[in-house]
Amino acid sequence: MPVSSYLLPYDFSPLTLLSYMLVLGFYGVALLKMPEQDRPGSGRIITFTLGVMLCYGVMQTRFDYYSQYMFFVHRGQHLILHHLGPILIALSNPLPVMRFWYQKISPSVRYWLQPLGWIYRLLQQPVIASVLFVGLIYFWLWPPIHFDAMLSRQLYWIMNWSMLLDGLLFWWLIFDPRSPAITSALGYGKRILLLALVAIPQMILGAWIVFSRGMVYDVYEVCGRAWPMPPETDQLLGGLLTWIPPAMMSIIGILIVLRRAMHEDGKFPKSRSLAGGNA
Amino acid sequence: MNRTLPLWPVLVALMLAGCTGKNESWHGKDISGLMPELEFQLQGTNGQPVTAADSKGNIRLLYFGFTSCPDVCPTTLTDLRRSVHQLPEQYRDDFTTLFVSVDPRRDTPERLASYVNFFGDRVVGLTAEEPALRELAKRYRTTFGYDEPDASGNYNVSHSSAVYVFDRDGNARLLLRPGLSPEQISEDLTQLAQGSRS
Repeated sequence: MPVSSYLLPYDFSPLTLLSYMLVLGFYGVALLKMPEQDRPGSGRIITFTLGVMLCYGVMQTRFDYYSQYMFFVHRGQHLILHHLGPILIALSNPLPVMRFWYQKISPSVRYWLQPLGWIYRLLQQPVIASVLFVGLIYFWLWPPIHFDAMLSRQLYWIMNWSMLLDGLLFWWLIFDPRSPAITSALGYGKRILLLALVAIPQMILGAWIVFSRGMVYDVYEVCGRAWPMPPETDQLLGGLLTWIPPAMMSIIGILIVLRRAMHEDGKFPKSRSLAGGNA
Repeated sequence: MNRTLPLWPVLVALMLAGCTGKNESWHGKDISGLMPELEFQLQGTNGQPVTAADSKGNIRLLYFGFTSCPDVCPTTLTDLRRSVHQLPEQYRDDFTTLFVSVDPRRDTPERLASYVNFFGDRVVGLTAEEPALRELAKRYRTTFGYDEPDASGNYNVSHSSAVYVFDRDGNARLLLRPGLSPEQISEDLTQLAQGSRS
């Protein structure tokens, strides 16, 4: 097979391609037009682009083909859509870019966009955000739902997009660059707590898949695998990918938040009692 | 916006009904609405093109396999033949089994013809060049792959192990997973034939 066919989408989705082009386009234009002092450094730009391109890569290249027909590749795809990609995007702190575009929006449009803000704030309630984060993983991996999602093209796209959007919401909540000492961003203690809490159910689910004797996800058996591989091996690898890397990412996330908390320690001593209350 | 509001409880009820699916019970998996209707253009065992329209009005059982298949394909085709034999007499001629070989390199029309004839006269052997087979497999969310050939040139082929059932109009209705007994398949097929007899 020629190399180009590995880069072309297996299941072309114009909406997906358009979304990614818009995101990268808006990001690029903002970089060029925004004032020098607000512009993210090259490290952050690379991190952002890498995060976006990783997500694009698993959705619109040959990788997607293997994700549809191998359970463990599918778990790898969700690891990127729900964890790694959004983590990179959130860590790159695209806030200045978002502020730049927000200022361009006219007040009347902003008024109509208000409901989006309400939904956003509701979804970013710590309890809702973490239940949603873990809940979506469990929902799409619930065997009957998983079976339908892999059979129906429409459900498959809904699954992947819901994982990506939820990943972005959750990791933005965790890595929000605004300090909780002076803004209403979530407190560092709570962020660490959330990271630890969401790791546990993911580890349980992954371990359950790994140690299941029977076939939990027979859809890959029913629909044929991308290449002949023993079903037990496929399931074992998929279970490990559900179990270990997400747990590691939670720990890395905790370390990053801890480091930030330690850096800020004593930086805003006076305002703590005032602003700390709504953190 | 407000005019659609009263519809919400109805929608939710419908969705819940869809989840439990109590009104019709099948041994196979109900795939109504999950998959596109039957559509293909493949080559028959006489070398002529065959499309879904050729068997319109029949209930179609679509199965992907290959004639060198050691166990799964013969078992499935035998089970299908037994299931159709167990049907009430008036329905037996309403079914067509479409056996699509995903191994066109080895499965010549002659070889395919003698293979499907072994499993009864209502089995149609079909194949095509690999790209056309890939398109068809993709449409039904399945795939196939080839193992490395051994010293004597034999190789294994991974393929779907399920049978896709389409009704007389070509709508996707059921997915028969491996493990169903011919009796269970027969019950499902009878129910389908009764439900769609015009």
